[in-house]
Amino acid sequence: MSTVAIQAEALAKDFVLHLQGGLRIPVLSEIGLSVHAGECVALAGPSGAGKSTLMRSLYGNYLTDSGSILVRHRGAMVDIAVADPRTVIAVRRETLGYVSQFLRVVPRVAARDVVAEVLIARGTPEAEARGRASELLLRLNIPSRLHGLPPATFSGGEQQRVNLARGFIGGHPILLLDEPTASLDVANASVVAGMIEEAKARGTAIVGIFHDLDIRDRVADRLFHVAPIQEAA
Amino acid sequence: MIAPGALLSARGLALSFGRIVALRDAAMDIWPGEVLAIVGESGSGKTTLLNVLSGNVRPDGGTVAYRSGSGAVVDVHAMPAPALRALHRSEWGFVQQDPRRNLRMNVSAGGNVGERLMAQGARHYGNIRDEAARWLETVEIDASRIDDLPRTFSGGMLQRLQIARTLVTRPSLVFMDEPTGGLDVSVQARLLDLIRSLVARLHIAVVLVTHDIAVARLLADRIMVMQNGSVIETGLTDQVLDDPHHPYTQLLVSSVLAA
Repeated sequence: MSTVAIQAEALAKDFVLHLQGGLRIPVLSEIGLSVHAGECVALAGPSGAGKSTLMRSLYGNYLTDSGSILVRHRGAMVDIAVADPRTVIAVRRETLGYVSQFLRVVPRVAARDVVAEVLIARGTPEAEARGRASELLLRLNIPSRLHGLPPATFSGGEQQRVNLARGFIGGHPILLLDEPTASLDVANASVVAGMIEEAKARGTAIVGIFHDLDIRDRVADRLFHVAPIQEAA
Repeated sequence: MIAPGALLSARGLALSFGRIVALRDAAMDIWPGEVLAIVGESGSGKTTLLNVLSGNVRPDGGTVAYRSGSGAVVDVHAMPAPALRALHRSEWGFVQQDPRRNLRMNVSAGGNVGERLMAQGARHYGNIRDEAARWLETVEIDASRIDDLPRTFSGGMLQRLQIARTLVTRPSLVFMDEPTGGLDVSVQARLLDLIRSLVARLHIAVVLVTHDIAVARLLADRIMVMQNGSVIETGLTDQVLDDPHHPYTQLLVSSVLAA
């Protein structure tokens, strides 16, 4: 068996809504999940079960209340659940990639640069980074004439593909994909599925949420069921 | 007391103005090349904290330690005034919300930029002028405006000129107080993009005070939330803004209007 790339143990998370009188909403409890290099695990469960919350917790975007999230980073296991912010930033730069459902657009930054930024942050020369960004955008059927434009005016599907290019360009050993094909047509969804398969072949560990069951069945090796927590009586 | 590898560390900062507590046991660290945002409503103490960190206001208690380019760790509030001024002219920069506080309005745009270089010992007029022209273009001011007085500039141009003046000496640490406050939204976007790319390219550490959560999200690696002079929540910017824990941070984040 190949090495474990990411492993969550006894993970729990409640949301406490102070503006609602301190209402406590338990979302995750006793989550144990481990994903190996080259494996794709699809999170399954009804809407509201906590799939996105688990995904965001794995990325360090949500703070968990207990448990650990071990990520193999530079050959050692780092616990994202308790790591200091600067360590999380370093892990995200090199090891842990994330494709959110929506692109957070930055005014005035061209699509090509949104994508290239990931490589430039690691020290890749700007011209090389931009060249690779353009190649990936073309593969995702974003025509060259759009590469120099800020994605704010792009359609939802185009923004999603810019977001995917940004997520895939870094070749992170672990990728978290939150509905990567949600606003894509069949042809583009198939391009993305191909990219996921290539990443797996390179040894990338992938955790994904896929509403498109055809895509899910094509790329996922197994399902991980996230069950809604029963309301306390 | 400075954290390992940190550029600037503050511990136990306390300051009161009469019966008003402006800072209560405030602490922070910043490492080279990172952007730290301090957010909170007016009166939360964020600008006071910036002024104490930069040595401009002396606290009642606590320390601010800075690791200088030479590797020596200095106590910012124990430094002789001339040494602190020298630091502000070389390794540090301060970007004010109102650029007029930092610029000399009766000196040309090029002179405003070149002056910081001269304060560092540059003497060759041609080189200084060339460098000033380069910096004007870097901040998207046409080099043909080099001999114009700042009073002929728009608010957005003045702010970009202040940034050129501040960054020309390649500081390692820059304090920014609401750098985009008071500007039109379109002008803000351009300025934010400029700050973002320059800070990354030059590997400058920035302590940024802002009341604008969107500005913090765009620019900052880490965030500190202040309320009534205390630091109430700190962490990775996206984590604090997407999963705030303190009641006040939840209020702050939920109060932002989505465009």
